[in-house]
Amino acid sequence: MIEIKNIHKNFGTQTVLNDVSAVFDNGKTNLIIGQSGAGKTVLLKCIVGLLAPDKGKVLYDGRNVVTFGKKERLMLRREMGMLFQNAALFDSMSVLENVMFPLEMFSDKSYDEKLKRARFCLERVNMIEAQDKSPEELSGGMQKRAAIARAIALEPKYLFCDEPNSGLDPKTSLIIDELIHDITKEYNITTIVNTHDMNSVMGIGDHIIFLANGEISWEGNKEEILHTNSKQLNDFLFSSEILRRVASEKI
Amino acid sequence: MLFIKSINTFGSYLMLMSRVLTKPESWKMFSRQFLRDIYQLGINSIPIVLLISFFIGAVICIQMKLNIESAWMPKFVVGYATREILILEFSSSMMCLILAGKVGSNITSEIGTMRVTQQIDAMEIMGVNSANFLILPKISALVGMIPILVIFSIAAGIVGAYAIGYVTQMMTAEDLTVGLQYEFHQWYIWCSVIKSLFFAFIIASVAAFYGYRVEGGSIEVGKASTDSVVSCSVLILFADIVLTQLLMQ
Ligand SMILES: Nc1ncnc2c1ncn2[C@@H]1O[C@H](COP(=O)(O)OP(=O)(O)OP(=O)(O)O)[C@@H](O)[C@H]1O
Ligand SMILES: [Mg+2]
Repeated sequence: MIEIKNIHKNFGTQTVLNDVSAVFDNGKTNLIIGQSGAGKTVLLKCIVGLLAPDKGKVLYDGRNVVTFGKKERLMLRREMGMLFQNAALFDSMSVLENVMFPLEMFSDKSYDEKLKRARFCLERVNMIEAQDKSPEELSGGMQKRAAIARAIALEPKYLFCDEPNSGLDPKTSLIIDELIHDITKEYNITTIVNTHDMNSVMGIGDHIIFLANGEISWEGNKEEILHTNSKQLNDFLFSSEILRRVASEKI
Repeated sequence: MLFIKSINTFGSYLMLMSRVLTKPESWKMFSRQFLRDIYQLGINSIPIVLLISFFIGAVICIQMKLNIESAWMPKFVVGYATREILILEFSSSMMCLILAGKVGSNITSEIGTMRVTQQIDAMEIMGVNSANFLILPKISALVGMIPILVIFSIAAGIVGAYAIGYVTQMMTAEDLTVGLQYEFHQWYIWCSVIKSLFFAFIIASVAAFYGYRVEGGSIEVGKASTDSVVSCSVLILFADIVLTQLLMQ
């Protein structure tokens, strides 16, 4: 479980996050949605510690990372996996080496066991045939899947995904979404996903927070989001005429 | 303003170095990176070092022959002067300036690209000390390889001098040999090697520093590469003066 309390973040005079508080449960896919520029990436970076919030607390199962020292932070990071917007695979290594990387770095297991674990993760995301390819030989969706395999190699307790669907076609997006959702359930991980993809919202949103003007303007799950009265959220969700019509017919 | 900025930059350079110069988390991964960098930064630079040194050796030889040699100078002066120039300055300082262009921009663009494509963030999130993992092998590889490059450069320069003597028949190989051996101080070779160690450290660490702190996209990576080559060159020239003063007294 991850709790954030009263997070503030400014860049110069621009306020990006203004008093954001939320609770993200384990075993659930938690979504952060919002318009481009709403501060989703900044919030996620504050949570994982790539940015320091100006004010506020980030609690990982009760442990406040903002006050963590270097050592404790490093130890915590070994419990985290992260999927970046552009996959961020190491391009000097093959797919298998990418997945082996965190294992080689931190695991004391024997080489064979590490290899077995890496292969298992690749199989889990259906990428075992591509294990010897280098990242630039992969399509966007395959890169994302390989990055998921890398993120789960060390059996993380916390998984973060920054726009896992950006640049993917709807069908591939669905596969990635389901993968994230299933893995979260299977291993009881606390997962936080940044997205502005409506399919994900409807598909895997166990818990959704809607970020606007640096604040949480709506919170709920995928059933509730269809019946919301919030005008701001409706404008964001059903931004096009067609979607609006589809939605009204459904309801 | 500029002064404060440079102090700031120097401070962040030192902070980066304090993260770089620590014990690697995994020696196995370190040695893998190290071997890769030996190849990429060292072995791959041998051809250009040989080529440039060969021609510079030849050109120095021609210049000495045409401009210095005269009736009251002994014949061996050409070989002597060529050797001194190669050993004392060209094969260490000038060659490192050239390498700052080749190796420095390579390091900056590689690390800079990793930065803008979030590969460095990905490492940090895993709890890897990315500065140590990426930069320490490069520094060790270049510092380890540079003496070899210096020796190769001296050798190629001398071969170039013989070659031009042979091709143009402007002097005999005997005269050249006498000159090359005249009043030889082994210490000068050591000076050259010692200087080059410092230059190698400057190239690898400064170039990595510029790459590591890139923000933005491919344009910034390109700009950082250029800046890094300029800074490396200026620092090498400056260090050359200081080191030469210290070593040659
Ligand atoms: N390092 C930074 N320095 C200054 N401003 C920043 C920085 N990072 C983000 N911002 C600003 O913070 C705001 C929120 O950016 P953020 O990247 O979080 O948006 P986002 O919600 O992730 O958008 P998108 O959906 O397009 O990814 C933007 O206005 C951006 O200009
Ligand atoms: Mg974003």
